[in-house]
Parts: sequence; structure tokens; C-alpha cells
Amino acid sequence: MTATRSARTGTLVAVISTVAVATAAALLIGSSTAWPEVQRAFFSGRYFSDSLPQVTGAFLVNVELFLLAELLILPLGLLIALARSVTNPALAPLRYAAMIYTDFFRGVPSILVIYVLGFGVPTLNLPGMPRDPFFWALVTLVLIYSAYVSEVYRAGIESIHPSQERAARALGLSRLQALRYVVIPQALRRVIPPLLNDFIGLQKDTALVSILGVVDAFRKAQILKSSNFNFTPLMATAVIFLVITIPMTRLVDRLAARDRAAQLGQTR
Amino acid sequence: MTTRMAHSVSIQPVRMAALLMAAAMLMSACAGSATPSGSAAANCDKGALALKTKGTLTLSTDNPAYSPWFAGGNDGATIFNGEYGNDPNNGQGFEGALAYAIATKLGFAKSEVTWIVTTFDQSFAPGPKAFDLFLNQVSIKADRAQAVDFSDGYYDVAQGVVTVEGSKIAGATSIADLKGAKLGAQIGTTSYQAILDTIKPTTEPAVFNTNDDAVAALNAGTIDGIVVDVPTAFYMRDAQLTGGMIVGQLPQSGATPEQFGVVLEKGSTLTSCVDAAIKSLKDDGTIAALEQTWLAEKASAPILK
Repeated sequence: MTATRSARTGTLVAVISTVAVATAAALLIGSSTAWPEVQRAFFSGRYFSDSLPQVTGAFLVNVELFLLAELLILPLGLLIALARSVTNPALAPLRYAAMIYTDFFRGVPSILVIYVLGFGVPTLNLPGMPRDPFFWALVTLVLIYSAYVSEVYRAGIESIHPSQERAARALGLSRLQALRYVVIPQALRRVIPPLLNDFIGLQKDTALVSILGVVDAFRKAQILKSSNFNFTPLMATAVIFLVITIPMTRLVDRLAARDRAAQLGQTR
Repeated sequence: MTTRMAHSVSIQPVRMAALLMAAAMLMSACAGSATPSGSAAANCDKGALALKTKGTLTLSTDNPAYSPWFAGGNDGATIFNGEYGNDPNNGQGFEGALAYAIATKLGFAKSEVTWIVTTFDQSFAPGPKAFDLFLNQVSIKADRAQAVDFSDGYYDVAQGVVTVEGSKIAGATSIADLKGAKLGAQIGTTSYQAILDTIKPTTEPAVFNTNDDAVAALNAGTIDGIVVDVPTAFYMRDAQLTGGMIVGQLPQSGATPEQFGVVLEKGSTLTSCVDAAIKSLKDDGTIAALEQTWLAEKASAPILK
């Protein structure tokens, strides 16, 4: 059973080297005379356990925001990507509009958009205009991330070899049908990892809602931080975000690997 | 003074390097006591003071510096830029004037004082501070005092409620009238805690990065009112809001009044000297006079019951 033994040896080496590196890092950091002060300010056990439940409660705002935003961004981003890839000259205005949209919302800092929408638009005092800051944070995130996501979709669509579309057309499918049944399904599969990348960014950007006064996880941590002059609540927030994002990353890694295996299986 | 005990190093088997490193950082701590705190023998001779820059008293506040705590606009400002950047170098505003009064008591001429910008977060971040004294309407709290030194209080703070005409709390006369309101406060302020402790509203209060953002939200109608220290409430009413009005001030929630204090580096030898300076400025009526000059309207806010 040499294979098992070499695998075991590999694991052992990995564990030893990991422990060695981590110990060296810990000793290096611990050797600083200011470490107790840093530890008190950033890694206080008491403030951590005090703040974790409160920050977790406020994290529901972030969860609600990114789930709603993702649901809206996925179709909207695809529509923008399709608008950018239309070739019909009569539809050129649509293409230009989509181009300007992505250029603008990818280029402008999100914090400016949320200020203008969250503080500016309600001040107009138009009848029927929502005042809820959560709503405006959602609109901001959807506008900005749709622009990013549309570019991811577009890259995916353009990565599908033109022979695929030509083959579909040769089989009698219309251009739209070829797009719908041949190109997009393949493109979507390819863009899952970069899409996830954008969504992790989106999840972290939900903290923007705090600018409009909504108490989300990050704002709650800031409140506790300022109240006690101790930064540990921010670490509690980091832990909560990691608990959500790391399993998601692993899950998508696995989905992508399975998909790759399935595709290879088909072509063999 | 509280010191934190050093923990022993313990290494547990974990799978990922990142996790292990994080855990090691949390658990390891080198032996030895925390930074020494408490004041040494109070030698407050100007030459004996342990200053950041020899011969110069380094004062600090945030930028922008807000009225009525700092005043006089931006003329001649070299470090405090921006429309609202009241230049602290002119010694105007309650804290601006108080800072120079303390400096004078410590024996510094105006030319021996310099101002630097420190954000609120920087003022309590661990490590050596760039300032000798930080005056930025910071309320003294026991938890906070584990991270920094506070001088004795120089101002008793009351929290006020400000709103605009036509809002649903425009006619409020009691705390009960405020319960259904969406109230806002600035992050890092005790005003937020006052909303929770004293008003106990049915909707969660909104918390903004700055008072300016809270004012924008009140103008936009996304909140019904702002809770802020009373002098700032008057400044908002007079200078920042259209149709602004003071609803009233909140009663003190604790047994001891909330106070603003000067922030110093933890264990600073200057702390007792600043305490002595503040005491003598109280005794000789200087602080009362400064309040009269800069914060006189305080009395006209009715106390809400």
C-alpha cells in the first residue's frame, strides 16, 4: 500500500510545515513588546463574546440585502450583457445605452452612488418615492453589481467558440434560439467562478447600507468599538463574514470541478 | 488601573494554516505586564512634561472640527481644510478656546502650541499617539478608559433632540411622544446609547458616520429627528437645517452626569497636570465664561420628561 503511505507522509509533511510556519509567525508577532496592547485592542476575549451575538443579529440585514440583490442582479446583468452583444444596426442605441451603463456604474465609487440615491433622491420629496434607506441601498448595489456581472456574462458569451452558434444555426435554430439553447447554457457554466467572486464582493459591500443609517453587522461593530474604545467587535464581524463566504467558495469549487469532470466525460 | 494577564502559549492541532495562525495570534502573548499606567509624581513644570515634540504642546481634534466646539471658519488654516473645517489655531469655539486656556495653564505660549488632525478612531487605536491632548467632544466612560487616559471632565453633556418643522415629533413635549419616532445619531456618540436607554423607541435608531449625514437624512425625511449633544443641536438648528427646531433635552440617565474629557495616551504623565489645569480653570471661572460665550443657549432647551 505504497500509495496510502506516501499520501500519509504527504499529509504529515503538510501538517509539520504548517505548524512550523504558524508557530514562527506567532512567535514573531508575540515577540513585539506592544503585542499585549494590540491583543487587548483587537483580540479581547471579553469584548469578542460580548459583541458576537449582537453583531450576528445585525448581520441579518446584510443577509437580506445580498440575497435580494443577487436575485435581481442575475437576470439584470444578463439582460445588459445581451444588450451589449446585439449586432443588429437598428438596435445600436440599445448597445450604446448598455455600454454607457456599464462604464458609468463600474467606474463610479459605490459610496457616491449610495449618497446621491439615499440622501438626495428622498429629499426631492416626490409623491410615491420610497424613503426607506434599505431600499436605496438595494438599488445602489443592484445598479453597480449588475454592471460588473454583465461584463462577466459578456466575457462568458464571447468565450464560446463561434462554431457553436454556426452549428446551431446549421441545425435550423434561429439566432435567438442558438443563443438561448446553445451559447448561454455553456457560457453560464463558465462564468460561475467569476460570478461568485463578484457576489463575495457584493456581500462585503452590503456594509454600505450603514452609510444611510441602517444598523448592519459592520455598523453594529463600529458602535460597540466606539462605545468601548476597543476594536475586537470588528473581528467578530470578520468571523461572521468568513463563516458565510468560505463554505460558499468551497461549494462552488466543488460544483465547478464536478461540471468539468462531466464535460470531460462527454467528450471522451 | 486594570492590567490584562498574560496568557500562556498553547498550540492546538488544526487543519488549516490560516486558522492556526489566527488562533496562535489570539492565544499567544509574550510574558510581561501591560504598559505601565497611572501618573508618576506630578511634576507639571513646563520643562519636565513628557511631550511628543520637545518644547511644543501638540493639540489635536478631528477634521472637520464642528461648531460650536470650534469656530471661526477656515481662514488661514494650513491643515484643517474644507468648508466646515473650523481652524482650531484661532482659539475660537468652546474646545478651541479651552485648549488654549489649558495650554496657558501648563505654561505654553500660543506660539508653542501646534494642532494636528486625529480621527476619532485613531485617538484610541493602540500604540503611541501623535498628540499630547485630544479634544473632540469625547465622553468619559470606564470601558474607554482602559484604552486611553481621560482628564477630568470639562463639560457636563446633555443630549438634545432636534427635528424639522412638519416632522411627526415637531410637537413632542415628552419622552413618550418620541417613542414611535425614527431617531438618528452619529456613530461613536453616547447619543445613540441615550436613545436606547432613555427614549427606548419602538423602531431601531439610525446611526450615521457623521452628524452631517444625519442632517442629510433628516432633510430627506428618512428619519424624524436627531439626538445629539445640546450645543450641537442648536448649531444644527441654526446653521444646518431648514426649518430646524429643538424638541428638548433628555434627562441624565445615569447617577453621574456624562462629561467630555481630554483624551491622552494611556499612562500619560501629562494627565494629572491637565487635571490640575482644568480644576484651576473651573475654580477661576474660565470654563463657566467659555460656556457662556460659546454654549449659552443650553439653558433654553426644555427638559423632556
